[in-house]
Amino acid sequence: MSNQLKVLRAGPSMTVQDQGRAGYLAFGLSRSGAVDLLALHEGAALLGQSPTLAAIEMGGMGGTFTVTQDTRIALTGAPMKASIDGSTVLWNASYLLPQGAKLVIGAAHAGTYGYLHVGGGIAAAPVLGARSTHLAAGIGATLKEGDALDIAADPLELVGQAIDPDPRFDGGLLRILPSLQTASFAPSEIARFENTAFQRDTRGNRMGVRIVPDGAGFETQAGLSVLSEVIVSGDVQVTGDGTPFVLLAECQTTGGYPRIGSVLPMDLPRAAQARAGATLRFQFITLPEAVALERKEAARRKALRGTLRALIRDPHDIADLLSYQLISGMTAGDDLERAEP
Amino acid sequence: MLDTSGAEWPVIKTAGFDGFLISFGAELSEPANRAALAFRDAIARANWDSVQETSTSLVSTYLRFDPLAQDHAKLQAALERLLVEHDWFAAPLPDGRKLWRVPTVFGTEMAPQLDEAAQAAGLSVAQAIHSISNTRVRVQTIGFAPGMPYLGALPEAWNIPRQTALTDKTPAGGLCVAIRQLVLFPVATPTGWRHIGQTAFSLFRPETEAPFVLRAGDEVFFEPTTAEALAEMQSDLNGGATYEAIP
Repeated sequence: MSNQLKVLRAGPSMTVQDQGRAGYLAFGLSRSGAVDLLALHEGAALLGQSPTLAAIEMGGMGGTFTVTQDTRIALTGAPMKASIDGSTVLWNASYLLPQGAKLVIGAAHAGTYGYLHVGGGIAAAPVLGARSTHLAAGIGATLKEGDALDIAADPLELVGQAIDPDPRFDGGLLRILPSLQTASFAPSEIARFENTAFQRDTRGNRMGVRIVPDGAGFETQAGLSVLSEVIVSGDVQVTGDGTPFVLLAECQTTGGYPRIGSVLPMDLPRAAQARAGATLRFQFITLPEAVALERKEAARRKALRGTLRALIRDPHDIADLLSYQLISGMTAGDDLERAEP
Repeated sequence: MLDTSGAEWPVIKTAGFDGFLISFGAELSEPANRAALAFRDAIARANWDSVQETSTSLVSTYLRFDPLAQDHAKLQAALERLLVEHDWFAAPLPDGRKLWRVPTVFGTEMAPQLDEAAQAAGLSVAQAIHSISNTRVRVQTIGFAPGMPYLGALPEAWNIPRQTALTDKTPAGGLCVAIRQLVLFPVATPTGWRHIGQTAFSLFRPETEAPFVLRAGDEVFFEPTTAEALAEMQSDLNGGATYEAIP
């Protein structure tokens, strides 16, 4: 019988996500996928597997899970309070979740989206070539109590690893590229945009996050009668009242509100992870600068497996040392070496 | 931003980090719409290694590529060469088009913004229904939501702007209007367009062999029906809609 992840209690916005289904823009279907793609890479590094495998994305709050066979897990993205059978476990780390043990994941204490990865990946049936839930399109649904998700076969070879995440959970600077209607904003408005601190609004989801300027909204001559035009994830759309939205993985594929710019893909997790009230700022960069930054980031992501370290167990964090002995017993002590490609 | 703008169309712009947009006009026109569709086909046929995806919007062709595999300037040069090969504005519409007739409840509590939209267009409600339902509109592009058509063009009176604020949720099957166009929503969605009609036409069927129903170039009549009649059509994925081939 195949291994399953069972949902005993579900937070309000847990979904299955992979890197999304590209290729359907012409049919009006946006890619979807994890809003924090870096978290998928970090989880893949921790488990020594492909970043294309599906994981559970948890918005704001996790849930309670159990597995029908021993399963490797990794926790990445927004750090959340977590325990296995009552023993605290650290975020940005991998563990063995024994068959029948209860994994309890609580609220995020920084950022918004946490990720639960399983060794082998979540094996939900693909729809149009991907496993990503797309709530706005009605593909898949939020997870609920009683759901059971198949887990693909896994050799159980690497656990007890930790990774240092790229910090992105408290707002900050988003680098931005000119986009379709940037030129329709007066240079003074562009300068003011770069000098404005924005607060991430309480309104936000996988489609996009509203960001509220600490001054007036932003105006363009283009107004409300721009022809609807293609939208891509990262575009910063200025709605009729002058308030920008940063569009995320599940955004619409076309829109008529002017786009003042488009966030550099590697900075998008920072936008998605900012929680309500966090401060975000923007800085325009050029395309050659963007290409150089993305090239460096692609190389860094690829090398993440080489940055793993054996999990250091702090006795103060551990209620039940015995369960840790059990877990460390799964590793041969040479995990770092074996994690290298 | 790379930008070959000036008074001449088409115009090439970059879109975000990894996209190019080739626009064939500032306003919607049939030649520009046909040019966008034909140029997308040409890019697909060119089969360039770095190009990962193409689509069209109303008057533009979009492509996404891998800027780490090919630099922006080289791809732009290739696009410029392709653009001068043909008169894209003279390209024919795609083959295999259909004419759809879609039963629609205009106004009532099912589509609460008909009165407001009619007023913005300077028409009575009866005139508004007559005007919309007697205009054979064409699918100019599919976008925004899965399988969602932008349809036009409506008579000039319908050149009304979008709302300044978004409606929180318009239901699936909702027919909405702005700037001489109609949109028909496949899923419930927030929108700045005014909700004037309601259909039971399912536009996105992810679990079926043909998940997307309408194609750019298809044409549609929205034919008035009653709430009672529509309720009986709810069980049909087509919501009572029928089609015939356009020769």
